[in-house]
Amino acid sequence: MPEPMMNLHVMAAAIPEIYLTAAICVVLLFEAFVGSKRPGATGTLTLLMLVIGAAVTVAFADVPQRMVLFDGNYIADPLAYVLKLAAFLAVAVSLLYSRAYLQSRDILKGEYYVLALSALLGIFVLISANSLLTVYLGVELLALSVYAMVAFDRESGVAAEAAMKYFVLGAIASGMLLYGMSIIYGLTGTLNLDGIAVALSAPHNLGVILGLTFVVVAVAFKMGAVPFHMWLPDVYEGAPTSVTLFIGTAPKIAYFALALRLLTHGLAGVKVDWTAMLTPLAVLTLVIGNTVAIAQSNLKRMLAYSTIANVGFILLGFIAGTASGYTAALYYTLVYILVALGSFGVIILASRKGFEADRLEDYKGLYRRDPLLALAMAMLMFSTAGVPPFVGFWAKLRIFQALWETHHLWLVVIAAATSVVGAFYYLRVVKLMYFDEAPETLPATAGSFGVRLALGLNAAAVFVLGVLPAPLLDLCTRVMH
Amino acid sequence: MITLADMLTLSGVLFALAVAGIFLNRKNVILLLMCVELLLLAANFNFIAFSRMLGDLTGQVFVFFVLTVAAAESAIGLAILVVLFRERRSINVEDLNTLKG
Repeated sequence: MPEPMMNLHVMAAAIPEIYLTAAICVVLLFEAFVGSKRPGATGTLTLLMLVIGAAVTVAFADVPQRMVLFDGNYIADPLAYVLKLAAFLAVAVSLLYSRAYLQSRDILKGEYYVLALSALLGIFVLISANSLLTVYLGVELLALSVYAMVAFDRESGVAAEAAMKYFVLGAIASGMLLYGMSIIYGLTGTLNLDGIAVALSAPHNLGVILGLTFVVVAVAFKMGAVPFHMWLPDVYEGAPTSVTLFIGTAPKIAYFALALRLLTHGLAGVKVDWTAMLTPLAVLTLVIGNTVAIAQSNLKRMLAYSTIANVGFILLGFIAGTASGYTAALYYTLVYILVALGSFGVIILASRKGFEADRLEDYKGLYRRDPLLALAMAMLMFSTAGVPPFVGFWAKLRIFQALWETHHLWLVVIAAATSVVGAFYYLRVVKLMYFDEAPETLPATAGSFGVRLALGLNAAAVFVLGVLPAPLLDLCTRVMH
Repeated sequence: MITLADMLTLSGVLFALAVAGIFLNRKNVILLLMCVELLLLAANFNFIAFSRMLGDLTGQVFVFFVLTVAAAESAIGLAILVVLFRERRSINVEDLNTLKG
């Protein structure tokens, strides 16, 4: 008698991916049959699908401990559960913010939502990856969807250029990742991350370091660490703001998971080596991200360099190399996503058709034109700068603590010094909004009541989580142990 | 007799050619796409060589996945190229210079 292929209840942990695949098909069919008659309905359906998806995930995927499924290719653990819920939330909020933007630029098409959902599926695969094969498939599914989203506005020459640059550099990164994986596979004899961890805990061939180098370069590329960051400012600036909002948020969860699963789990045996590689990258990232951001006159580009600087902080958590360091990196990633959602949301609300509101001077006197939007932006900027009552402060503090515990004193000094430099350009935005005179020609801000409410809640969350940081911190600590 | 070292050398040469092609080529975006394909094929070559040496089929299964992904990747790349050409009337790498700062 042949054994049944797989027990059905074992698959319950993989429900989020299975559900999402079905949801993509439903949205695609809905767009094909109804979408052309009722523009905008696909967007509503997608948001509904995301809410149901989050509910389904809560109902089925909340596993008490680590479970390995599908011949060791897939892993379900509390960390994956939390990251998936965060990804659901980030994608739903970014799609909610971008709806009016897409409509006014005539790119409110169902395919946009299908691409967003398939990018989310890629994020999920990456979060739950437990073998080199699933890691690679997740990276590619996410990347290919996102390349297409960047080029989505076919009338825009800069978007096409940004997409092409992103595509070529991203493809090089994937090639590097694959080449590194092939070497690691050859020297350990397995694709499974658990197996690789076991093989590397014994004395191993030094060639693994060569494979590791390629993998680290690819991870740095995907995260946007200096000197592999050159795609990031161009893509953030060239892509439609709604796409910048998308790629600036949810994929960061995936790349955090990529680094965590590959480096701290599979390649834990060569931790000394990847720490030595990441340290100069993190220092360069902090210094260049924060200093080049000062010179920018385009807000989207400035926020791109701010992203780079924040990636430096996330890398510092990995360099600390302890559970407390990884917890700090997770906390930092989640906080960063919350703030990035709000900041790009403000840019979307401040823009109009034919007016992208992406230059810094477009924010002069925003306080007089729209006090609430200016307040939200000010709170978000204070948070990224790391000013105490806001949540960004705790995120930075946790990283400092983790580094302090592992005696990386000089890294604390560099990170603190570059944060001070970084505070300058965040606070400059606040100064422009509150103390500069608005030119007469600037159009009014947009946004329906619901979107403004969501953005208000987003900014309020930055404040509330800053006053009461314990729940999110405890959650991060719990899932990391 | 073809040894593992020979096959790894060949894949290393292919990889180096692909990377050199991407960074040296200043003329045509289609050449970039071809180099990207070569990059993936070099990695595939490694997988097959190791798979044969280890007597383990997973490496060759991985190659099938990579080939599929590579096909999807070229489809997306060419689609972006078409959009770019419609806007710019050029596929010259040196013309990709509007975004700077």
